[in-house]
Amino acid sequence: MSGIVVSTTVNGDPQDFVCAPGETLLHALRDRLGLTGSKEGCGTGDCGACSVTLNGRLVCSCLVLAAEADGAEIGTIEGVAEAGKLHPLQEAFIEHAALQCGICTPGILVAAKSLLERNPDPTDEEVRYWLAGNLCRCTGYDKIIRAVQAAAAQMREETHGV
Amino acid sequence: MQFLRAESVSDVARCLAESPNAYVLAGGTDLLVQMGTRRIAPEMVIDIKHLPGIGEITQTENGFRIGAAVPGAKLGEDGALTSEWPGVTEAAQLIGSTQIQGRATMAGNLCNASPAADCVPALIAAGAEVEIAGPDGTRMAAVADIPTGPGKTTLAEGEFVTAILLPKRQPASGDAYLRFIPRTEMDIAVASAGAWLQTDADGTVTAARVALGAVAPTAYLVDGAGDLLVGTTLDDDTLKKLEAHCAASASPIDDKRGTVAFRIEVAGVLARRAAKIAYERAREAK
Amino acid sequence: MAFDAAKDRQFKVVGTRPRRPDGIDKVTGKAQYGADMSAPGMLHGLVLRSPHPHARIVGIDASAALDMAGVKAVVTNADLAEPEDDFYRDIKDNVLARDKALYDGHAVAAVAATSLEIALAALDRIEVEYEVLPHVTDVDAAMAPDAPVVQPGRADETVPSGHSENVTGYWQFGHGDPEGGFAKADKIVERSFKTAATHQGYIEPHACLGSMTSDGKGELWCCTQGQYMVRSTCAALLGMDASQLRVTASEIGGGFGGKTTTFIEPVALALSRKCGRPVKMVMSREEVFRATGPTASSSIDVKIGMTSDGKVTAGAATLRYQGGAFPSETVLFGAQSAFAAYDLEAVRTEGFSVLTNRPKEAAYRAPGAPMAVYAVESVVDELCQHFGLDPFEVRLKNAARKGTLSSYGPTFDEIGLVATLEAAQAHAHYSAPLGPNQGRGISCGFWFNFGGNTCVSLNVNDDGTVGVTEGNPDIGGSRASISMMAAEELGIPYEKVRTVVTDTNSLGFNDVTDGSRVTFAVGLATINAARAAKAEMCRRVAKLWGLEEDAVKWENGAVVPAGPNAGKHESMSLAEIAAIADQTGGPIAGHHETNADGAGVSFGVHICDAEVDPETGATKVLRYTVFQDAGKAVHPDYVEGQMQGGAVQGIGWALNEEYIYGDDGKLQNPGFLDYRVPVASDLPPIDTVILEIPNPGHPYGVRGVGETSIVPPLAALSNAISRAAGIRLAELPMSPPRIRAALRG
Repeated sequence: MSGIVVSTTVNGDPQDFVCAPGETLLHALRDRLGLTGSKEGCGTGDCGACSVTLNGRLVCSCLVLAAEADGAEIGTIEGVAEAGKLHPLQEAFIEHAALQCGICTPGILVAAKSLLERNPDPTDEEVRYWLAGNLCRCTGYDKIIRAVQAAAAQMREETHGV
Repeated sequence: MQFLRAESVSDVARCLAESPNAYVLAGGTDLLVQMGTRRIAPEMVIDIKHLPGIGEITQTENGFRIGAAVPGAKLGEDGALTSEWPGVTEAAQLIGSTQIQGRATMAGNLCNASPAADCVPALIAAGAEVEIAGPDGTRMAAVADIPTGPGKTTLAEGEFVTAILLPKRQPASGDAYLRFIPRTEMDIAVASAGAWLQTDADGTVTAARVALGAVAPTAYLVDGAGDLLVGTTLDDDTLKKLEAHCAASASPIDDKRGTVAFRIEVAGVLARRAAKIAYERAREAK
Repeated sequence: MAFDAAKDRQFKVVGTRPRRPDGIDKVTGKAQYGADMSAPGMLHGLVLRSPHPHARIVGIDASAALDMAGVKAVVTNADLAEPEDDFYRDIKDNVLARDKALYDGHAVAAVAATSLEIALAALDRIEVEYEVLPHVTDVDAAMAPDAPVVQPGRADETVPSGHSENVTGYWQFGHGDPEGGFAKADKIVERSFKTAATHQGYIEPHACLGSMTSDGKGELWCCTQGQYMVRSTCAALLGMDASQLRVTASEIGGGFGGKTTTFIEPVALALSRKCGRPVKMVMSREEVFRATGPTASSSIDVKIGMTSDGKVTAGAATLRYQGGAFPSETVLFGAQSAFAAYDLEAVRTEGFSVLTNRPKEAAYRAPGAPMAVYAVESVVDELCQHFGLDPFEVRLKNAARKGTLSSYGPTFDEIGLVATLEAAQAHAHYSAPLGPNQGRGISCGFWFNFGGNTCVSLNVNDDGTVGVTEGNPDIGGSRASISMMAAEELGIPYEKVRTVVTDTNSLGFNDVTDGSRVTFAVGLATINAARAAKAEMCRRVAKLWGLEEDAVKWENGAVVPAGPNAGKHESMSLAEIAAIADQTGGPIAGHHETNADGAGVSFGVHICDAEVDPETGATKVLRYTVFQDAGKAVHPDYVEGQMQGGAVQGIGWALNEEYIYGDDGKLQNPGFLDYRVPVASDLPPIDTVILEIPNPGHPYGVRGVGETSIVPPLAALSNAISRAAGIRLAELPMSPPRIRAALRG
């Protein structure tokens, strides 16, 4: 099997790897680059646990071929906190107990961050529909929605100053 | 398996023609699922996203040209397209989650040829066409003529869809698409309906098309449905007739997603509701 | 261990909402779950599964697979040891089929190779010759005398005659004279219900990394609800001593009961033993659905008599559960819990356990109770509708309370049902207006709660901080709760305590994380371990002060003189005592080992508003409130989380989730696309009201809270739909096609 050399930027850093032609981006991230924060819950794009951004767009990394990512910018959960400082969403998820087992949490955080970058003041319904592709089996979503809204409020406050 | 990042349309056509087990990759949201679950084992996957113009939406004299690799999320961000064809863009944006929208394309949805493909009834109702490239050059076809049955299309060896073409919006026209799923998101349509219609200044329908999905081997234009609406102001009686007519046209199957009886009646309900929304949009558009 | 006498105790830490200790790891992607571990020289293992629901395995030829470059080992059932008892033999025959494949997806062989791609290709080269046999997947069909027999000779002697050999167990509960009771009723309603099998639906597929060395030592990393259970099972299936196998539990990505057994863990060890290299195995989602534990599907008859003023005169239920291809006892819990919320003079339940060609059932949150309570609460609601009575008034009139002889035998001690019903009835939700096509349903729910084998070790560090070591995987924030109870007991801040979940070599046996037992039982052991450490610290200080032990006492996190003759001494804090521990006898620790009992039962009441689209049969949940007795809510955020999560799983069960088998006996929906768990946009906020009626069996009054919440939603939804659409469905899920069919009449 011939490997393909892929050059990417992951969380702002250059990352090259060799992958099999049929390998998914999720497997490359986890097994080639050691970035195991993205999780495989289904492998069919139905659970969202592998959510990453690809050139700024939210995608399921299980439905992207690693080879496609050549030249792309990838954002994963490992890049959400900057220099050890948690993102307001991360703070809010801990503060509002928006996780129980935590397996869906990386995907939900990546997805929620993508939402707030586009829509800093979403309604609850908009949050729920944006996150409909991120399954959580523990929380019933209630505290997740509250945490996203708390983080959104916090971020709006930071943007506009107090 | 080989992976090819195609640089030209002719590259793609040649590879498709040479390898009978080659697949086109645009958004990959169907292809990778089929590969991952081992339903297919491609010899070659051809990434078409880097072909010139294939990821662009352009407004032409005749309407919109939507490149085959334009993902749903990008459709939704195009103000001109969403305001002229709200039904089509809503249909495309119902496909899967936000994450799927980051990748899934209308062309892929069409060529995957699922009877339940969300954008197809809307495109048929809109009178959309596709641009097809192949070894012998480019040709055009009506969207309705592409799928022939589950997983099957009229595309010849070496051919692939390069763009979807939507006509310019006519004055006082509107379109709409509705589907039924058990949840609010993340499901495959159990029944669906797309509607397009145009009215005169008084609100009398002058032209109309209604298409159904998930209730036959392919999405289809409902014969005679448009005629039922023409000349009316979409009064309740007309809508009831439309519902019954559409329901009668359906020939669905029983499966894990729905029963024959359910699909037939819900297809009628959705056709009625979609026509009503399209009518309201036509009236608002003036 | 009894509830502390000081009932008006003011908690300082318990009842607050501190940050969980694993929070940062889990929001940054650092937390390591089952599939996140690797080892040098690691191989990848995959399982070959039966495509048939029932087939004799005539032969397995793996030679072509073993000839492939990169393939290092293949194992079958014959590579495992032969355990003596049925319990382990059934697990063995489930993780690798013996002589028959018993369900679609049943593991038949497994391979280890240097890459996943090679392992996948090798599966295609393992030749299995099958002789296909007739199959049965429906519980009622499987009970018929002429049904295909899944496993012969498994019925126990309690089973009444006249049934298929597939009926393996029979239980009866109750008291009084039901026939006499029914004779006193003004109305008797008798209904039959069916509920589909549902899956726990944890987002993390099963995953493990196993390694065996040639001297018989083993290391295993896996996602599990109980590392000790995994050790016992694997030791039995591998024929090795428990002491030689160390099992470390990863972070766990959901379980809900489904990770209280083993599937791939013994297989990975068997593969590793054969080739001498670590073997990693990760299930696909399809494998999870086809071959791990869903809960039972059921068929239930309920008969209830009521007087016109709402007094239940008698209740009876017959429950038939299929638990897949191996004997199960889940129906026992169903038969026990069906009428638990009622104080009845006459009640009788019976349960049949049935084999079918489906995957071996695993526990799922309050196993067996949701479907039983659904059937009873539906019939009670129908009687309320018949007489035009308020459903809360009727339930309060018949509610179980302290002193009630429960329908399953014991007499209830302090329980919170009446208080919970009253809180729900008085809540604004119950009197809020409803629109057209909308209805409001209520239901009670119940779960026993477990205690069980538990060990905790607590170490006082020389800087005055405390480490707690426990043996139960943290499935929803329990490390925070355990730290809080240790801090409370020791009188130190929460931040000074760190709790870790340890491997099987570091503590004695702990039962799995199940039965809502952890906060109760591990909490109880932690409190006792802390008390042991405090007693030791009192002894040390008494000695320092030259006093008898009873002349000092522990107060507000410090040792102080006690009694008239103790004299004056400056109190010594935990930190001060810890700092000089090396001069007073060495390190200070406390530990506690117990088989805990006294887990108080827990009742909940749910109110649900739903709207039904009469044209499409679609149900929208508009508003939902959960009321539940937590005894004492240690960390209210995570108590609420349990109430909300269980409610939503129940909503999924009620509306859309189901195992769909075709006539060919194959599972048709082994994925999250068509096994429809609720998504965020399906749901309203899930409001919660915690009640605290202390459990007499726990020093702080704690009751388990994890399971009760999945019990009421099934009937709450059914009752709401009945009132919204004027139809009463008797089959779950209440999917749109079923609702439309009922509306068509």
